[in-house]
Amino acid sequence: MTRRYESRIARPRTVLHIRGTPIVSVLLGSALAPLLPIVAQTPLLPPFGLMVFLAWRVLRPEIWPLWAGVPLGLFDDVMSGQPIGSAVVLWTVILLAFDLENQRHFWRDYWHGWFIATLALAFALAGGWLIVHLAGQGGSLVQILPQLAYSIGFFPLIVRLCAALDRWRLP
Amino acid sequence: MAPPSKRRPGYDRKAQYGLFASYVIAIVGALVGLLLLAISIVDPTGFSALRSAGAEITRPVASNLRALVVGIGNFDEAVAAYINAGSQNAALRRQVEANRTRLIEADAIRQENSRLKRLLRLTESDTGVAAAGHLISSTSTSAARLARLDVGHAQGVQPGMPVRAPEGLVGRVIRSGPHTADVLLLIDEGNVVPVRRTSDNIPGISSGRGDGTVEIRALNTERNPFRPGDVVVTSGIGGLYRPNIPVAVVARLEGDKAIAIPLANPSRVELVVVQTPFRPVEAARESAAQAQAADTGAP
Repeated sequence: MTRRYESRIARPRTVLHIRGTPIVSVLLGSALAPLLPIVAQTPLLPPFGLMVFLAWRVLRPEIWPLWAGVPLGLFDDVMSGQPIGSAVVLWTVILLAFDLENQRHFWRDYWHGWFIATLALAFALAGGWLIVHLAGQGGSLVQILPQLAYSIGFFPLIVRLCAALDRWRLP
Repeated sequence: MAPPSKRRPGYDRKAQYGLFASYVIAIVGALVGLLLLAISIVDPTGFSALRSAGAEITRPVASNLRALVVGIGNFDEAVAAYINAGSQNAALRRQVEANRTRLIEADAIRQENSRLKRLLRLTESDTGVAAAGHLISSTSTSAARLARLDVGHAQGVQPGMPVRAPEGLVGRVIRSGPHTADVLLLIDEGNVVPVRRTSDNIPGISSGRGDGTVEIRALNTERNPFRPGDVVVTSGIGGLYRPNIPVAVVARLEGDKAIAIPLANPSRVELVVVQTPFRPVEAARESAAQAQAADTGAP
């Protein structure tokens, strides 16, 4: 019995391990699109980087400093092929909105987390489409609706993944 | 569940300043982001060093995975071919018989064609191939339809070069790094290609719709001249794309435009060729000859 619990509490963890895990998971999520050998004809994959970013924010509201969207968003822009600056703006606006929302609504639960993540994903995908449209590329707005639908559907799975990572990263 | 209260620092001055500073940094960051955004919308080829660094990092993984996926795709086709081998064999044999005569006819036409072209002094000396490569990945999370090539300016790929596959036109290069390049696909709204119908040379403009199809508008007719099944090829007007590259086949009509399906499906093509931009030298030579003729005829 002691052996069973020994391995789970008070494990040795470096600061890099504790602070770095969420950051690395977001970077990997962002890098997934150019790593996968899919030549998509419509927006096919959900925005994994943003979803991991939001999942950590929903799980642990204190984890991202308000400016975290700037460096992480910049990396996401380099990887995703959006015009540079797109995710920098959208992710920062989302973090500021979450912060404001936290001050207004004190109590949170599972459905609340999913709901605000849904709003954030809809805002980010529509904003991303608008930016690409302003740059004269892309297609019609209708084509992001399937992507939005399964981003929302997949979100609880990403939260589960981040929760597992959270248990692994903390001592 | 109640949130932790770190965002309410109370009387702790240091925590208050820290919180205020994080707001300031976030808002300044967002404004800088807006500035970057404006720059990258005005100049889509900007920040190419940053982008190509990212592309170079992900290139080895993506190209290896791509090889794996293509192998798997071929495997499943090979199995399917074994299952209906008998009937397929008979059908293919009939097709070969039919094609043989056509091939001989085509050969004769090609010879005649080259003879006539020589007469007109229109013979093209170069095929314009700059490099050959594979499409290894794409912007599958973004609304922009870009694909990534595994060749870059080390192999001679420059922004603006057209990209084609054996099946037809794929797009044009908009950014190139040392060993990678981004291709704006034919199916993106930003890609406009002058085309003509193969049967009667009716000129048109093809532009992407972002959902795997392109729309084709006729240039100079009131009503829509296209019919489902029409094949359009590049016309070579305005340079950039060489003439007679297959573009798309019309699927249906929508008002004054035709919705067409590209002949080269970017998610299925294996090898693509980057061509040098087409400059219609013949046209220039012709107009020069006409001007000369006008000069000598005038006095």
